[in-house]
Amino acid sequence: MTLLEVKHLRTYFQTSKGLYKAVDDTSFDLDHGEALGLVGESGCGKTTCALSIVRLLPKEGKIHGGEICLEGTDLVSLGDEEIRSRRWKEVSIIFQGSMNALNPVMKVGDQIAEAIVLHEKISKQEALVRAGELFELVEMPVDRINNYPHEFSGGMKQRVMIAIALACKPKLVIGDEPTTALDVMVQAQILNLLEKLRKELNMGLILITHDLSILAETCDRIAVMYAGKIVEFGPVEKVFENTAHPYTERLIACFPHIGKEKIIPASIEGIPPNLFEPISGCLFYPRCHKAIPLCAVQEPEMEKTGEKHFASCHRIGEA
Amino acid sequence: MSKRIIAKKLMYALITILIVLIFNYLLFRVLPGDPLAMMMRNPRATPDQIEAVRRLYGLDQAWYVQFFTYFKHLLEGNLGISFVYKAPVAKVVASKILPTILMVGLAEIIAILVGILIGVVAAWKRGTKLDVWTLGFSLVTYSVPTFWLGMILVVLFCVQLRLFPTSGMLTPGKNFISTAALIGDLARHLVLPVLTMSLVLIGEYALTMRNTLIDVLSEDYIITARAKGFRERYILLKHALPNAMLPMITIIAINIGFVVAGAIQVETIFSWPGLGRLMYEALGARDYPLLQGVFLLVTISVVLANVLADISYAYIDPRVKN
Amino acid sequence: MKIKDFGKAIFKNKLALTGTVTLLIFILVATFGPLILPFSTMQFGEVEDILLSPSFAHLLGTDDMGRDVLANLISGARISLLIGAVATAISMLIGTLIGILAGYFGKGIDNLLMRFTDFFLVIPWLPLMMVLAAILGTSLWNIIFVIGITGWAGTARVVRSQTLSVRERQFVERSVSIGAGHAHIMFRHILPNVFPLVFANTVLVAAVAIISETTLSFLGLGDPTMASWGMMLHYAFAGGATAAGAYWYYLPPGICVVLVVLSFTLLGYAFDEILNPKLRGR
Repeated sequence: MTLLEVKHLRTYFQTSKGLYKAVDDTSFDLDHGEALGLVGESGCGKTTCALSIVRLLPKEGKIHGGEICLEGTDLVSLGDEEIRSRRWKEVSIIFQGSMNALNPVMKVGDQIAEAIVLHEKISKQEALVRAGELFELVEMPVDRINNYPHEFSGGMKQRVMIAIALACKPKLVIGDEPTTALDVMVQAQILNLLEKLRKELNMGLILITHDLSILAETCDRIAVMYAGKIVEFGPVEKVFENTAHPYTERLIACFPHIGKEKIIPASIEGIPPNLFEPISGCLFYPRCHKAIPLCAVQEPEMEKTGEKHFASCHRIGEA
Repeated sequence: MSKRIIAKKLMYALITILIVLIFNYLLFRVLPGDPLAMMMRNPRATPDQIEAVRRLYGLDQAWYVQFFTYFKHLLEGNLGISFVYKAPVAKVVASKILPTILMVGLAEIIAILVGILIGVVAAWKRGTKLDVWTLGFSLVTYSVPTFWLGMILVVLFCVQLRLFPTSGMLTPGKNFISTAALIGDLARHLVLPVLTMSLVLIGEYALTMRNTLIDVLSEDYIITARAKGFRERYILLKHALPNAMLPMITIIAINIGFVVAGAIQVETIFSWPGLGRLMYEALGARDYPLLQGVFLLVTISVVLANVLADISYAYIDPRVKN
Repeated sequence: MKIKDFGKAIFKNKLALTGTVTLLIFILVATFGPLILPFSTMQFGEVEDILLSPSFAHLLGTDDMGRDVLANLISGARISLLIGAVATAISMLIGTLIGILAGYFGKGIDNLLMRFTDFFLVIPWLPLMMVLAAILGTSLWNIIFVIGITGWAGTARVVRSQTLSVRERQFVERSVSIGAGHAHIMFRHILPNVFPLVFANTVLVAAVAIISETTLSFLGLGDPTMASWGMMLHYAFAGGATAAGAYWYYLPPGICVVLVVLSFTLLGYAFDEILNPKLRGR
């Protein structure tokens, strides 16, 4: 059984300017112990997608359709109480920029323990012991569980966040740009740590980022998102070597290869579409270097372009 | 907070107090002419009193001797003799401290509790009618002069409804058969002054609490708490409130000067026998020694209260502790 | 934020509009009112005219001296608003100057000026004003002076922190590198950028000034020859209007004060929203 199956998810926001289709008919899946990279520009809907899984959307956001099956159970159909009981125990999140993701007036050990005590029937004392073990797991000194968040550096705070995320031994961890706010050296450490833990605990991982280079290193599969839709989805090597969607091509081109000759990365001209207005045809059409007249009129469907490799583009299969 | 920083804050407080003392000293001597001329114009000052003041302040001596005498007297607790009461200022002032603390203390406690409660509910139900009414209430009470509010309440509750006495702390001339009766009478007299003071403060505290809590509720760690699966109520009590209380404490401390102003007005309207009313009377009678004495006591108390609040805050907020 | 945009935003904001309109009404009445009134405010009435309830002859009745309350209210508006305005101007001038100097020069000067400011922030304002007024006397200018020199501390703090952030901006650096003098930088670069904040702060200071004047007058420290709203309330209270049920005497001045201060406060609230985008939609 797959760990997570997202089927035709639609998450829309009711704003003063109208209905904003942040995530529109998105589908992907993930196996136990697998790492999926969710990549795309800012505002493409990656975070909304992730938050939809645990229903942590702001009050203007609502899931308008689709299914999110966690080990077979559709999370969308569950009530508030049932979702709450699954939060953190089954799915946890590592937020971006943990500067503020930690309560400044609570000891970090307590912040780990409270999650454990909520979901398991153990005492606070025992939970704190577990917190210490988690600190060891993320390679932090155990005695520091009695410190406050401001006493840690950025990288250490992120480790704390990881420790908290693992507190209830979830099956799936979602990392929402967990390393974006960190410098490169620390970034590498955190990613290695996540890798190690994932393998040890057989956790599923959804890594959200706009940095392709990270995904290439750590993920098994990649889903590329554009304007609320997944445009390409497949194993990492396939997506990088047999890139099917023009957007993915351009995205990969933005990251210069260290081995190849020096090319100045070209940015993608144009701006993302205004999702308040109805758009006909492919959403990427205005910026696409491979566009054909059909693209302006008809939206492409998700097609198979290789082994477990899908993309939505009219130009798939051409030489 | 390191001992050094505490010492620094205390030092600044002491310097402030020193400046206040010097200011107090200079007050009556900056004006041209005999400082006593002002007092002599006061119809209540008898020649004996004027002479006593002259000797007391050593006005017939060199300025540095006068200065020294002033401080010497201060350290002895000698604040001069009141023209009106014809008794040592220190004694007169001391007798009025308790009523003020009773009234103001009660008002502050009520205002803080009720204000926080209203603020929390308003933030929780942000955008609803309750929230808008809270905002309106706060803005209006902020704009109302405290004494005028007192006047209105007097008319409403005393003159029209005859529920409460208009003035004083206890019904004069009454013999109290038991402590309970005494407390009962006291309570009846306390209601309106405390109500007046509280109303003005509640508005401000509620507004501050509401705004602070709204800010806090939009922070990331609240989302983290939700992601952990906690209920909204738990998040409010365990995560949001502790963070929102910190700025509240600061506001309450900063407000102490405002509370003093309110106390003076309320005690005047309700003839409450405290320091505020004493200052008002001293002002009206141009009883300078008494006026100075009350001013000193009140001002120094506020400075000390502020520095104490400042230091206490450091013990509460873990970010400042270290 | 540019001054032009600021002005436009004020116009659109409902709170700001309400406040502005109310204030304008008061200012207009205060300026032109006394010219069209048939009554002289100081005109004492006959003994039988004391504390008459409202009638066509006296729309708001008479006070404890037989004078027309409405006339007094209108001329009182002039005095209250005048004192408020001038005292506010003094406070703003001192506060802005100290704030800019402290923020611009930093270090020693900043420290010194801020200690000075803190002193005025800590000292309770009413006892201080009472004592000053007792010594200096209760003439109109003394009252203005007393309110003005005690109300600048908050402004100084706010202006200082704004100056600190403006100072870091690039155009200031460029100015310095060209060799522009301190005064030039302070007035041509920092002041315009600090101005919207100063403007927003002014209304709050004005609100406090009006309340201060009213309170001082009520406590007997107003200029007895110029009857502001506060003085009217002083006489009302002293004359026993509350006990006598003469609501037309003690209510209108208070209501006027509340309306004016409320207008200023609404404006302040609106300015806050405009200048601080985080607060919009609160």
